[in-house]
Amino acid sequence: MRPFEYVSPSSRSQAIGLLGASWGSTEILAGGTDLLALMKDDVVAPKRLVNLKDIADLRGVSSSAPGTRIGALTTLGELADDENIKNNYPALSEALLEAASPQIRNMATLGGNLCQRPRCWYFRNGLGLLPKDETGKELVATGENRYHAILGNQGAAKFVSPSTLAPILIAYGAKIRLEGPKGKRELPLEKFFVIPKDENEREHDLRPNEIVSEILIPPASDVKAAHYEIRQKEAFDWPLAVTAVALKMQGSNVQSARIVLGYVAPVPWPSAEAEQALVGKPVNKETAQKTADAALSNATPLSHNAYKVKLAKVAVSRAILKAASGGAA
Amino acid sequence: MPDYAWPDAEHRTFIGKRVTRVDAPVKVSGQAKYTYDVHPPGLLYGKVLRCPYAHAKVVSIDTSVAEKIPGVKAVHIVQGQGSNIHWAGDEIVAVAAVDEPTAEDAIRAIKVKFQQLPHLVSDAEPPKGSAQEQGPLSMDNIGDMLDNQVPTRQMVSNIQQYGVTEKPSEDVLKELKDDGAPDPVLEALRSATVHPEAGNRPPTNYQKAATQTVGDPDKAFSEAEVVSEGLYGVPVITHCCLESHGSISEWTDQDHVFTHISTQNVSGIAGQMAEPLKIPATNIHVHQDNIGGGFGSKFSPDRWGIFTAEISKKSDGKPVRYMLERDAELKVAGARPSAYARVKVAAQKDGTLTAWQSNSWGTGGPGGGGMPPIPYVFSIPNQRQEHTAIRNNIGPARAWRAPNHPQAAVLTMCALDDLAAKLKMDPVEFFGKNLNLTKARENSYRDELAIASELMGWKEKWHPRPEKIDGIVRGVGMSFHTWGGRGHASDCDLTIHPDGSVELKMGTQDLGTGTRTCILIVAADTLGIPMEAIQLLIGDTNYPPSGGSGGSTTIGGVSSSARRAAVDARDALFAKVAPSLNAQPEQLECRKGQVSVKGDSSRTLSWKEACSKLGAMPLTVRGKNPDRSKPPDLTNSGVGGVQMAEVEVDPETGIVKVKKMVAVQDCGLVVDLKTAESQCYGALIMGISYSLYEEKVMDPTTGRMLNADMEFYRLAGLSDIPELIVHMMTGKGYDERGVIGLGEPPVISPGAAISNAVANAIGVRVPFLPLTPDRVLTAMEQKRGA
Repeated sequence: MRPFEYVSPSSRSQAIGLLGASWGSTEILAGGTDLLALMKDDVVAPKRLVNLKDIADLRGVSSSAPGTRIGALTTLGELADDENIKNNYPALSEALLEAASPQIRNMATLGGNLCQRPRCWYFRNGLGLLPKDETGKELVATGENRYHAILGNQGAAKFVSPSTLAPILIAYGAKIRLEGPKGKRELPLEKFFVIPKDENEREHDLRPNEIVSEILIPPASDVKAAHYEIRQKEAFDWPLAVTAVALKMQGSNVQSARIVLGYVAPVPWPSAEAEQALVGKPVNKETAQKTADAALSNATPLSHNAYKVKLAKVAVSRAILKAASGGAA
Repeated sequence: MPDYAWPDAEHRTFIGKRVTRVDAPVKVSGQAKYTYDVHPPGLLYGKVLRCPYAHAKVVSIDTSVAEKIPGVKAVHIVQGQGSNIHWAGDEIVAVAAVDEPTAEDAIRAIKVKFQQLPHLVSDAEPPKGSAQEQGPLSMDNIGDMLDNQVPTRQMVSNIQQYGVTEKPSEDVLKELKDDGAPDPVLEALRSATVHPEAGNRPPTNYQKAATQTVGDPDKAFSEAEVVSEGLYGVPVITHCCLESHGSISEWTDQDHVFTHISTQNVSGIAGQMAEPLKIPATNIHVHQDNIGGGFGSKFSPDRWGIFTAEISKKSDGKPVRYMLERDAELKVAGARPSAYARVKVAAQKDGTLTAWQSNSWGTGGPGGGGMPPIPYVFSIPNQRQEHTAIRNNIGPARAWRAPNHPQAAVLTMCALDDLAAKLKMDPVEFFGKNLNLTKARENSYRDELAIASELMGWKEKWHPRPEKIDGIVRGVGMSFHTWGGRGHASDCDLTIHPDGSVELKMGTQDLGTGTRTCILIVAADTLGIPMEAIQLLIGDTNYPPSGGSGGSTTIGGVSSSARRAAVDARDALFAKVAPSLNAQPEQLECRKGQVSVKGDSSRTLSWKEACSKLGAMPLTVRGKNPDRSKPPDLTNSGVGGVQMAEVEVDPETGIVKVKKMVAVQDCGLVVDLKTAESQCYGALIMGISYSLYEEKVMDPTTGRMLNADMEFYRLAGLSDIPELIVHMMTGKGYDERGVIGLGEPPVISPGAAISNAVANAIGVRVPFLPLTPDRVLTAMEQKRGA
């Protein structure tokens, strides 16, 4: 076994102090449902693991006037069972229950879900995040890319962002709070995700010496939201396309819309094109279809994944119709 | 002569009834021990350095650093310098260490230099004219065949048929022998015809297999009233055993080995380990309690089973364990060959089949592979088949439950279903009309087709293929299959002790199919005592040998030997007991734990009292199968089945859900109705997995398998499994045939039945399994574009 240090700080500041200056040498351990598998497969080989599970104030859900605060260590299982989430953010609750298996939901944390590494099979086989062969040939573009990106895939990153929760959180207008040696910073969740340009970058804006502390979701009582996932198997399967929608209505017309696609790009993909196509219009099959077409108008499928453009359109259109008809069942 | 024949229905206590498997409690409570659970004291852990390249030559190996790591007990080169490697994941060096992490460290410390060679991992349609006629074999070819574990019989037949490019010297033969070449291969090489001129042929990935013609296909096609053409196929899938391959071996003294191994072939393992370990087979003790899946991939100790024992020897005989990691299991421990075909079939307007033509191809890895038996089940009068075997670097194939039949079912039944659609005929009518082409099984198929239709509700559910579809659509499809299944060789010892206890020993194995239960049913039924009164011991080479569990031959073998042993033991007991009941032995019967005089309930002894008449010594008899001295033959060969599937397709997403499956199956005399039905349920579930999800995905550039895990090598989960209905054909016409195996048949048809149901639902054929969203959407788009 590659030796590594294991440290289990009891406070945020201690934890931050134990983190490294660059990726790779130090990894943050929360639920471990992703990291441990990556270590066993020798895809990552950190020299130090910083366990966050002893930091009590990183867990729990609380609500107040400005919205709901979710500690990054809260497990998906706890969140799915939370009455506040069920009542006020039913589409998030639904997305939570569709994720993974009960066993994994009991371990996996929300922070970990947002920071999990891509499921790209080249990456998981140790061929790199932006996999190339010795001659520099891009493996994904010329290889088995049936599950890869159809948007935002012009650079070397062709994987898809793996979180099924990020789209609905972004649609609800969630913010993410990070803490590092220089203090806290807060950013809209969609800004947290970035497309890496070289092998040493990560898929998010977390610095190597920062932790995710909280997710903040604004009140959503006037929002009609829905999460729609297309996957081949009924359960315990990675989706082929995801869409999250949050609508504010004015009469029968859409006043504002957040439409966020998942599993189509290296980042969760809020679609301005889709939002523009829907705002000011009533929701019906036709407007949903036109919105879906707009969302995928810039799609650039790879050699084996043109079908995902169709699936993503279906996800967009069904998510919109589902949101308008009352959202989560 | 005692009557060994199976009792008729009125005289059966357990046989043919619905009996719960005897090992259910230990399995559901987690107490059942699998090879994976064996951790003897002092255990060392094996790990393997595997080749990362799909095709390479080993240039050099440096193990010096690894050998010095504390805790590393042995480093063993499996394929040394100069070896040709033909698939990614092949074994290069094995190590044993005090724990797994140390073993992993040792693997990482070994430096191997490879020279990469060009590889092919695709099994796409061979380019026109690329296929080479098979020619004489070079010594390199022979070495490759050995490396690739090509079966001895196949090697001998190839050598005899094609000859060799050079006469092998005795030195070369000795070298081959050291590399594991069995004697029949060496003999074949000595007597092979030499064709020196053929030595310079460039190697090729595409090998023409024999062309076959039956009748006059050209004439039949030119006279045909309706012809349907299509493309069909099944990719390479893996066995994905949930308990991976592997073993734990230790040297109990200088020349004795004890092996726990996950195997379908307990009695056959020692003989395969003897030569490489250079000890007699008698000195190798093999044991297995339970196995977590084999499906045809676990008959051999495998290279890893041998080196596990070898590194145990290097480690002072300490037990060494090596069970394959999940990725290795999926990469190297077996795969089912692919099969694809362009098929043309012809019929008269009334549906009568007249001609078949197929151009097929497929790969079984480095060995190429053969043509599935097409056309399947239906012997169409005029046929032409051409097949090209693709030799590539995806890893070796192994027998996968009903070898070649699931592929043959897809290639045939889908082509015939398309023809039925073109004729605008209901498949029940179309297949029914051609059942005369199934020859011997015609009447069974006719009955099975009627029952399956009823159970599926076919009449209400079937509709012609739709021209246009809107919203979620449903469809139904069907397929036919056949299999042999005669009982294998099986010996057992049955002992009755004077205290009334009974013991049955047999070197067989229970693959989870209910073998234990069925042996007990036969013995208990024959002796007239409860199943619990018999102690059954299996899974060990200390017991009489019984064949490997392959080809659906186990139930026929073990039930026959158990029946003969129980009849002989019963009669021997009667001989001892008769005087005390003042009767002749042939007047006695044993039922419900009592030995009594037939028709005279006053002259009765309890089983225990009866056994006390044996005297001091227990009574042991040997039961055998086959045993011509003890007729009748209790087993038989040749079964059939009909399966139907109902599916739901979302035409917008291309996602297929199986909603219902019906399996109607015959297998002669059913020993245990419940485990027979379970066998079919399991097969349907496995069938749904390979129809919708399973595929070995290879990266063209690196030649590696990309989905050697259980995230992207998908298997059906609970919620993907629909209503399953199984109907076993029993009673007159079936029971008197004798016992016939059931392992293979029910897994053959699901692919074709589900594919046909999807075609019925969406109005167009999705050519290849698995029926993934991309394939379904593409097929629908091509139809719209056409």
